[in-house]
Amino acid sequence: MRRFDYHRADTLEQASRLLTDLGDDTFLFNGGTDLLVEIRERLRRVRNVVDIKGIPGLSDIIYDETRGLTFGALVTVGRLERLALVRERYPNLRDALASLGSIQVRNRATVVGNVCRASPSADTIPPLIADGAFIHIYSRTNMRVVPLAEFFTGPGKTVLAKGEIVTGITVPPAGDNSGKAYIKHGRRKAMELSTVGVAVSLSMDDGVCSDIRIALGAVGATVLRAPAAEAMLRGTRLDAATVKSAADKAMEECTPISNVRASADYRRDMVGVLTGRAINQALEASA
Amino acid sequence: MKRIVELTINGEPRDMTVETCCSLLDALRDDVGLTGTKKGCDVGDCGACTVIVDGQPVNACLMLAVEAEGRTVETIEGLQPGVDVLHPLQDAFMRHGASQCGFCTPGILMMAKKLLDDNPRPTDEDIRFGLSGNICRCTGYTKIFDAIKSAALEMEAARS
Repeated sequence: MRRFDYHRADTLEQASRLLTDLGDDTFLFNGGTDLLVEIRERLRRVRNVVDIKGIPGLSDIIYDETRGLTFGALVTVGRLERLALVRERYPNLRDALASLGSIQVRNRATVVGNVCRASPSADTIPPLIADGAFIHIYSRTNMRVVPLAEFFTGPGKTVLAKGEIVTGITVPPAGDNSGKAYIKHGRRKAMELSTVGVAVSLSMDDGVCSDIRIALGAVGATVLRAPAAEAMLRGTRLDAATVKSAADKAMEECTPISNVRASADYRRDMVGVLTGRAINQALEASA
Repeated sequence: MKRIVELTINGEPRDMTVETCCSLLDALRDDVGLTGTKKGCDVGDCGACTVIVDGQPVNACLMLAVEAEGRTVETIEGLQPGVDVLHPLQDAFMRHGASQCGFCTPGILMMAKKLLDDNPRPTDEDIRFGLSGNICRCTGYTKIFDAIKSAALEMEAARS
């Protein structure tokens, strides 16, 4: 492996200082399942890594009925995936977690790492955006909280400034009569990056859709919302014809590219199919 | 920059002297001399380097050796319960011919051990899901699957 220096931070402040003071080519090191691969395959030039796994207070998982679920930056995908609470209340996130990499990878990879890597195809991002998650960001001068939907600025790019560190994510609680779904589309079931990922979270009020969020993965520079499709669905009973036209609208709203995994046309078609399917799955779950 | 890392490997306290950029996999193989853990892809895709760290299976190639400080690591060399005694999984793999070239076998055995430790009566789906991060390039999956199923039954019978 290409050589690099390893630094272990004991506090957020120390980690933040190391990230700014050690200069370019210094990267935060958490689960490492992407960073070590990028170093080994020479996709990223790295001189220093700053390990944050020794910083206290970043491993907590807290749930309460009003704020919802908050998990720290060090919480692994596997740990969250195995929680009964996540299976029961965040089944969409749970499906995404269980489809990421392999069991071995999930025991090292962190959810916050998957999010901060900002890949348009990251599995955990669509359900978190559909659920209206917030991300907590530390800097040496202040803490800020940003809606996850506003966190990404491009493939691999986020609003994080040099020296800022994500400390955790909060996912609001599901209301009564809410339903959620995440559908991942790939060429194989395991060890696969998604070709298209669609997450839908909705609330029903007396048979009428009072709120809905649709998040589309791997069909744009970042994970996208489909606001026009959502607007067509809000206030309706989610009958088959409305769902079909909203799914068609979502196809117009996405901006897929062609790459090694699929063509843009195929991805767009799958957005249509999977959006409809995910809405129906979420609707069924809300009953 | 070299560091000394103290850890427990297969129940014994050990120390390794490693470069800070060295993977746990390279440290186990080159520094400790435990070459049973295999290097397949070295990027976390194949599962050949699966070891169990603090009770959880991980890819040893995706962990730095310095991160193993103070941790408990189990490798294929520690699977045997005693000298000349095989783990039921090892025995079943031999009887079922569940090893062709053998390169994936140590990783698959560690993964299967963890699976049966957590879930002594796995369904067929549990076994397939449990092994989804381990690739056999000889594609001998059917015999691997049969061996794990049979070991689970034998271990269950031995307990009752």
